[in-house]
This record gives sequence, structure tokens and C-alpha cells, in this order.
Amino acid sequence: MSLGPLTLGHYLSLGGILFALSVLGIFLNRRNLIVLLMAIELMLLAVNLNFIAFSHFLGDMSGQVFVFFILTVAAAESAIGLAILVVLFRNRESINVEELDELKG
Amino acid sequence: MNVTTALFYLFSAVLLFASFRVITARSTVHAALFLVLAFFNAACVWMLLKAEFLAITLVLVYVGAVMVLFLFVVMMLDINTDRFREGFWRHFPLAGIIGAVIALEMALVLMQGHRQTEAPALSAAAAEMGNTRLLGIELYTKYIYPLQIAAVLLLVAIVAAIALTLRRRKDSRSMPVSEQLKARKADRVRLVKMPPVRSNPDASEETSA
Repeated sequence: MSLGPLTLGHYLSLGGILFALSVLGIFLNRRNLIVLLMAIELMLLAVNLNFIAFSHFLGDMSGQVFVFFILTVAAAESAIGLAILVVLFRNRESINVEELDELKG
Repeated sequence: MNVTTALFYLFSAVLLFASFRVITARSTVHAALFLVLAFFNAACVWMLLKAEFLAITLVLVYVGAVMVLFLFVVMMLDINTDRFREGFWRHFPLAGIIGAVIALEMALVLMQGHRQTEAPALSAAAAEMGNTRLLGIELYTKYIYPLQIAAVLLLVAIVAAIALTLRRRKDSRSMPVSEQLKARKADRVRLVKMPPVRSNPDASEETSA
């Protein structure tokens, strides 16, 4: 990668690498539900980074408005996800994804 | 290489390191703390992109609220993390290949047409107003209806989170409100007919004896 002036591609690549890292995290931590939620937060962060980069380089504020809404939805998602996690732990004494096999699919 | 470029590489390096530690940290508390670091650096990168309002929002909402929630939950649950670590690296080759493919494909697509280095200059009036005001104007005029939906969504999330985790004590003595409201006068009050004055037949015998 050339160390020239920053291009839109630099920011997009950073977002792409971050997204790939969080996919890696979902594969590695497939048992720990909390770290899975954290990896999802990282994914949303990567998406937001792309939105903001495009918004800046195209001179369009709509991208930032979308990031605003994504932040709202992500906050709601993590709050409900953690609530479900707490209820799950109360009932099963475990948050291991591999032990959650009551619904035999 | 000017200052902005140097800062970009610094923040990106710390961001990627922190997110790598998030997914590989041994204890969940460490993972949450590294996630805080990752969010903070992402906010710094957003600052470089001149999105000040969203950068501050990210720090306030994520580092201030969501991550504290994560830490609370991590500390509330008594989790044995050692069992999660068994065979942790077993899927690493497959995951590494998939991650590398995703990153490469994205780089191929994204590096192609996006070589522009300069953002289009804002108009003088827009530059005067600043990022927060521009975002506010956009949000409260063009996107007012989605904004209302987002507000309702947050309300639903609050109610859902409370309803999920609310636990009533089994030995608490509470009155079912619906029963209370359904009660009529006839259920509770018994009117007894009684004469105001009652003659006592035994009274005369008692005095003579």
C-alpha cells in the first residue's frame, strides 16, 4: 500500500479488514455468546466506517444520517440481546451456544 | 506523508489490534475493554473524516452506555471461560481463509474506483454551519419520519428489555390490580338490618332477682 495521500480506498479497506476480523471472531468464539455479540458490534462499526467514508468523499450528508439510524438500531439490538442473554443464563446456567439445543432442528 | 495520514495509520493500527484482541482475549472482561479501545479509535478515525457529531455520539453512546452494559452483564454472569477455550484454534485455518477471502474481495472491489483524495468542497454556507448543524437540518427535515420510527424503536427496545428481565419475587405480597378494580360493593360489604332500639326481655327478671 502506497503511503501517499489518503484516498477513499484507504478508509474502505480499513472497514473491510475490520469486517473480516469480526467474521473471524464469530468463527473462533462460536461458543461464547457475549463475544459473539461483541463481534457483531464490530461488524456494525465497520459498516458505519464505510458509510461515513463515502459520505465524506461524496459530499453527501445522507450517509451520516444512516449511520445515526444504524447506531440507534445497534444500541437497541445490544440491549435486547443482553437481556435475552441474562434470561438465558438464569434458566440454563450457561451461555454456551453448543449447549443450547432444546429446539431440535 | 502529512499529519492526517500519519494519524490515520496510527488509529487504524490501534483499531485493528484492539479488535483482534477482542476476538482472541482469554477473559470476557478484557474483550469488553478492548472493544472500548476499538470504539474510541474508530471515533478518532471518524474525526479525521470530519464527522464530529457522530464521533462524539459513538464515544458517548457506545463507550458510555453500551459497553458499560456489556461489562455489567459480563460481571453479573458467572461464566467459566476456560471451557470456551477448548479447541479455540481448531477452526482457525478455515476462519482465516474465509476472513482473508472477504478482506481481499472487498479490497479488490473497493480499491478499484475509489482513488479520489479530496472531498468535494462544501459550499461556504455549509462550511459555516458545521457538521452538527448540517446533520440536524438533514435529520429534522428530510428524515423526520424515519427519526420518529427510530424513537418508537428505542421505546420498544426499552419495554422489551425490561419485560424480558423483570423477575417478580415469589414471596412478595402484592395485590392483583385487576381483581381489585373488579371488586363491587356487594362482594365486600354486607348490610345487616337491625332495629335501632331493642327491648331486652331478661332485664326485668334480673332486677327482681
